[in-house]
Amino acid sequence: MLWDVDLDVPSGKLVTIVGPNGAGKSTLLKAALDLIPSASGRVMVFGKTMKQQRGIVAYVPQRESVDWQFPVSALDVVTMGRYGSVGWCRPVGRRHRREAIEALDRVGLADMAKRQISQLSGGQQQRVFLARALAQDAKLFLMDEPLASVDAATEQTIIEVLRELRSQGRTVVVVHHDLQTVTDYFDHVILINMRVVASGPVDEVFTSEALRQTYGGQLTILSEASERLARSSDVKRP
Amino acid sequence: MTWQLYDTWVVITGALCAMACALPGAQLVLRRRSMMGDAISHAVLPGVAIAFLITATSDPLVMLAGAVVIGILTTFLVDLVQRAGRTEIGASMGIVFTTLFALGLVLIRAFADDVVIDPHVVIYGSIELSYLDQTELLGWSVPRGAVVNGGALVINGILFLLFYKELKLTAFDESLAAAMGFRPRLVQGVLMAMTAATAVAAFETVGSILVVAMIIVPGATAWMLTDRYGTMLVLTLMLAIGSALLGHVAALVVPGWFGFEGMSTSGAMAVMSGVLFVLAWVCSPRHGLVAKAMVRRALSLRIAREDILGLLYRYEERRSEDSSALSVGDIREAITLPRRVVASALRGVRAAGHVVVESDRLQLTDAGRSAASSLVRTHRLWERFLWERLGLRPDHIHGTADRLEHFTSASMIEELSEHDEGEDPHGRPIPPAED
Repeated sequence: MLWDVDLDVPSGKLVTIVGPNGAGKSTLLKAALDLIPSASGRVMVFGKTMKQQRGIVAYVPQRESVDWQFPVSALDVVTMGRYGSVGWCRPVGRRHRREAIEALDRVGLADMAKRQISQLSGGQQQRVFLARALAQDAKLFLMDEPLASVDAATEQTIIEVLRELRSQGRTVVVVHHDLQTVTDYFDHVILINMRVVASGPVDEVFTSEALRQTYGGQLTILSEASERLARSSDVKRP
Repeated sequence: MTWQLYDTWVVITGALCAMACALPGAQLVLRRRSMMGDAISHAVLPGVAIAFLITATSDPLVMLAGAVVIGILTTFLVDLVQRAGRTEIGASMGIVFTTLFALGLVLIRAFADDVVIDPHVVIYGSIELSYLDQTELLGWSVPRGAVVNGGALVINGILFLLFYKELKLTAFDESLAAAMGFRPRLVQGVLMAMTAATAVAAFETVGSILVVAMIIVPGATAWMLTDRYGTMLVLTLMLAIGSALLGHVAALVVPGWFGFEGMSTSGAMAVMSGVLFVLAWVCSPRHGLVAKAMVRRALSLRIAREDILGLLYRYEERRSEDSSALSVGDIREAITLPRRVVASALRGVRAAGHVVVESDRLQLTDAGRSAASSLVRTHRLWERFLWERLGLRPDHIHGTADRLEHFTSASMIEELSEHDEGEDPHGRPIPPAED
């Protein structure tokens, strides 16, 4: 649950969303993408609504959100990144598959293209998701915990790709959990805990005072309120 | 008993029906919503009955429309019960479809008994009689059942080709599909409508219970046989044909073995699709029982071979000049794996030229010694690592290292080598790396 979010995300930057568990980090991404309903408010991307801009936005969901037993290869998954530009009811062509192979190559998985996706390690699966987003050739990337439980080598590969995207003038928003690396990896930080605590350049905003407010031990009035709301819809439960 | 034109048509009708059902079924299986096929195929019954009551005609198109409407309604009701009742999806499907199915049976009994719908037929189907009900198609006289099921197959086939990537994407990753504007809810609705319409088309042929087998089993079987989406769909169709053909043959032949007459072909079709499933389970190249047993056997053989080499190496390291080499019996005693495995591992190390046996005594060859030394190196590096890095007690680490040594990749060895201090925690030398 999230309240009163009013955010400007700077373009052409590496942006991270940081906050404690249950702060609404994933919710913020999903609401921005219209995947879950918002009570009110709207999202504008480069001056237009999200619906008009779907083609230039890429989304990387959490790794756990899909069934890795699904009978597709790494290449199949990355090719799905091209589906949006193919459009309804039109077949995927050789060109799209070639673009998908290029994207796999950028994350260092070209030789894994034919593998069924459950035969990949966790880090490789995460890189397949990243490659799929690259294949979307978007201007704005929204990524939900792409660095969660990946090995060090994968983390480096992913960060290099993100920096490459920035150098191409693209905007990347990453939900992140590791406070240690925020200053190394990102330009702009959004601290949230049910509401936006702070948002701005990392060197200005990422202070111990802001972190204390975000992760502070005592319940804020907002979290208490939303807990009560959740409980009230729980009344029927025995 | 001779094969007649009648039998050919039964198989064709059955195959068309099974293929039509198997296509949406494969999608349901992939979405882990197989029982939705069960729910819908039962829930459509009151739709058919209500459509008949309202219009008072037995026009099949009207009944189809009634079925599709209630089929889509079923998905909503299942959703609703799941959320409102806070039950798991299986329970809410069970609640919705049994209620609707019973309602349908009551409606038919009360208002439409013996008019158009025979409850017996609804449950068991009547593929055997379908040949008697002929209709005209492009100037040919063909069984109506074949036309109806064939029509369902053609429509499903067209929808599957048209929405090939949409179905694939929404089944795999709903949130990406939604983010791209592919409307996963709409695609799912179309799939459910397809399932409902297909189930109704299949009713007269195989009945409302066996139709569930036609919907679910071929897709589930195909998934065990392949890791490719397109291949899975093709296999699904082939398995559907196979179960129809084998089913009818079984219905003709099997009763003869046991001295009774007449067996329902649709029942036999369902049984045969189950038999094909079991066959796939046993024989599948990657997930099958046989394949898994072979992988396990190969693994235990490799472990036994490596243990033999390690044993000989350590014995050589400790023994004094005059004591004799280990015997085959010593090896059998020392390695706690089944005799058979140890025996064939012994054959393995001899065939590889790692060990020679002279008058029941085992000797490492040079090649064997070098292979053994890298194994022992891995083992002692692990001991060093477990002791130094993880702080385990030296007398607790041998067993762990013993297992780990068989599963250590080259890059892991490289990492472990950073802790190479020349000795393991027990003071024995770590053999140097060879190139």
